[in-house]
Amino acid sequence: MKKQLIISLFLLFSTLLFSQENVTGKITFDDNQPLPGANIYWQNTQIGAVSDDKGNFSIPFTAENTFLVISYVGFQTVTLTITEPKSITQNLEFDNTLDEVTLTKVRKSLQKNYMAAANVQTMTSKELLKAACCNLSESFETNPSIDVNFSDAVSGSRQIRMLGLTSPYILMTEENIPAIRGASQAYGLSFVPGTWVESIQITKGAGSVVNGFESISGQINYEMIKPQDDIPFFLNAYGSTDSRFELNTHFNKKLNDKWATSLFLHGNARVSKNDMNDDSFLDNPIGQQINMINRWQYTDAENGWVSFINFRYMNDEKQTGQVDFDPDRDRGTTNFWGSEINTEKLDISSKIGRVSTEVPWRSFGFQNAFNYHKQNSYFGLNQYDITQRSFYSNLIYNSIISNTLHKIATGLNFTYDQFDEVVNVSDFSRIDNSVGAFFEYTYCNDDDLSYVLGGRIDYHNRLGVFVTPRAHLRYKPFEKTTFRISAGRGKRSANIFAENQQLFASSRQFQILDTGGEIYGLDAEIAWNYGVSYLQGFKVFGKEAEFSVDFYRTDFQNQAIVDVDFSPQEVLFYNLDGKSFANSLQVDLSYEISTHFNVRTAYKYYDVQTDYTIGLVERPLQAKHRFFTNIAYETHVKEKGQQWKFDFTYNWLGKQRLPRTQSNPEEYRLQEFTNPFSVMNAQITRTFSKTFEIYLGAENLGNYQQENAILGSNDPFGSYFDSSMVYAPVFGAMFYTGLRFKIQ
Amino acid sequence: MKKLILVLMISLMGISVQAQEKKNKNAKYDIEVNGNCDMCKKRIEKAALSVKGVKSAVWHIDHQDLHLVLDENKTTIDQVHEAVAKVGHDTEKIKATDEAYNNLHGCCKFERKQ
Repeated sequence: MKKQLIISLFLLFSTLLFSQENVTGKITFDDNQPLPGANIYWQNTQIGAVSDDKGNFSIPFTAENTFLVISYVGFQTVTLTITEPKSITQNLEFDNTLDEVTLTKVRKSLQKNYMAAANVQTMTSKELLKAACCNLSESFETNPSIDVNFSDAVSGSRQIRMLGLTSPYILMTEENIPAIRGASQAYGLSFVPGTWVESIQITKGAGSVVNGFESISGQINYEMIKPQDDIPFFLNAYGSTDSRFELNTHFNKKLNDKWATSLFLHGNARVSKNDMNDDSFLDNPIGQQINMINRWQYTDAENGWVSFINFRYMNDEKQTGQVDFDPDRDRGTTNFWGSEINTEKLDISSKIGRVSTEVPWRSFGFQNAFNYHKQNSYFGLNQYDITQRSFYSNLIYNSIISNTLHKIATGLNFTYDQFDEVVNVSDFSRIDNSVGAFFEYTYCNDDDLSYVLGGRIDYHNRLGVFVTPRAHLRYKPFEKTTFRISAGRGKRSANIFAENQQLFASSRQFQILDTGGEIYGLDAEIAWNYGVSYLQGFKVFGKEAEFSVDFYRTDFQNQAIVDVDFSPQEVLFYNLDGKSFANSLQVDLSYEISTHFNVRTAYKYYDVQTDYTIGLVERPLQAKHRFFTNIAYETHVKEKGQQWKFDFTYNWLGKQRLPRTQSNPEEYRLQEFTNPFSVMNAQITRTFSKTFEIYLGAENLGNYQQENAILGSNDPFGSYFDSSMVYAPVFGAMFYTGLRFKIQ
Repeated sequence: MKKLILVLMISLMGISVQAQEKKNKNAKYDIEVNGNCDMCKKRIEKAALSVKGVKSAVWHIDHQDLHLVLDENKTTIDQVHEAVAKVGHDTEKIKATDEAYNNLHGCCKFERKQ
């Protein structure tokens, strides 16, 4: 049935593939008199048109070009932003100076916002292409605000951190619907193919109250490619020396002026076993993933309606452990150590929104999402199964108070989570639900000051009734100077097993020391986050530069502590007793050395400490100092779109504290701190035409490899085995190549 | 007596006529306002929004017009003309005083129509 559905969808799309759409319009001057002979072209391309006797023109629309330039000698040149085929009328003004000046502005790949009250930066699709591989977790490699950890030795998945805190403390949303949470926390990022993503918004510190109470260190929202803006066909194929292969195909069809649909298909596989460090364990898991989404978009601009419906299915299978492990033969035995993680996901979501046609500031939105996530896995002799069924609903209403300087957003959320969770033989199944109301007031004087005051009140069946306040303020005394402060509270229940499942791949015994709490015997986590930031734009030798510095502090009132220091044979979970905080300082400098040549550098300082059983110490596997540089260069786009792009990223990580292993026999002890090291990535993209490009890249060019990545790998069923202490690449240098093919 | 009834009736009708004249809470107006630059834009919009009852004010440099949404129960379009003229910008109805115009920043000194 599934197959049939896919095939028929394929057929449907392939028949509808080739159609072209145009931007049409009329060029006028003075009092709507037609202007013949005006030049209309897409910026930086050779695609152009000339207006006819009546001033009319037609130019093919391509999703890649958004800047339409309209020029005529003696008139001021106009550049319009066009994102969809449509009809326009443009009046040109006389240019009194008669000096022809053409202003072109290249869109930046990473945009910092001078106006928003919150510290938000947007990674555009251009930035996302800098790391061609492969999924959402790798998308952040070129962004200094997010630290991407090295994949743990067993699952091969990468975790991200923001402000020194791991991803459970970041609210991840997919088009503003909470997405990577609960059961999907550990591997969820690898279930979102990079080519699906259109842009990512990163909010540091306390976020908006609109999407819930769970965010603590920040919010990351990713927008997927919208059917209305999509191109008819896209193909991306990728292969790497660690024998990973990926294939992405996108199909899009605009059915009529209101409906558009996209079908994205993704498959990846790692086919052969790698063991570069000869520890008898795979450096990364073998396995495959099938992932698909079908999106529908309805737009009725006249009446202000827009709607999305998404259907998604994913199946991911991974096998890892010792090279000689054969699941059929060795599962449940101590012949060889092995692990399998199988995940199946089904998501259905819808969004409907309407902007009032009477007054533009009034709108409402209604989002609903159903998610099914099932993970069956074992790690050696540890069995871990979790199934989560979730329903999320959000109703939001936007309007103003007295005038457009005072905006409000208010609404209701509802969340239902049913967890079926079994750890070995213990059943931790539970049902969580919460209902809440939020109100957010935004003042912006369109000039130097804006602030956001938000609050929400929630009822949660385990956490009770509580209030979540958050506030942001922005002051922009000069055109290119922005100061911000923010403060906010977050509360969440920690899914201790799902979030720390890498620890199953060790001989550690799981111990929960508290029993009185609402969830696994533990209390809810509560933290306050405070931040200040300063952003300054300036010019050096006539070229744009940007300097920013920000400082954030997260203070935990309560935290579900994960203690791997008490004993190398145990992991303890208990409520915080004492202090736990994360201070983070980031200094950024970016500079456009010349057109198409950008350098971005960042220094990051993290002071993350927690009161463990052994006292107040730094959290393990967290570098105190980090340095980041990204250099990007691209050549001018030639006639047919030919271009070279070069990208280089350098990361330096200072020493990190390792969990204590002093009580082990000497051969199973690790040093107290790791050595500092650096990792370099590079990528070259060659665009041959508007339709075809290839890329070639390398990760970990310096071939840095962590020694002894798996402790006790010679005796995985003994009491000193631990594969969770990965702080550096396990696999050495990795090279990849791929191609992109587009039909516009 | 007849006269009295007539007077009463007329006055009653007057009241009911007034009651029927429903005022628009989101009345839209486009008025011509002269200016030059982004600084003008901020000043014009700020002046318009300072009038109680004006909900939205967006000025377009290329068309030299100000798009307004206002609550007619609270204000009239004339008050917006006055407020904008007061900060130095000519509107289609009211000219700014020379004093207000002269107070404008150098780049904002738009060419005045005679």
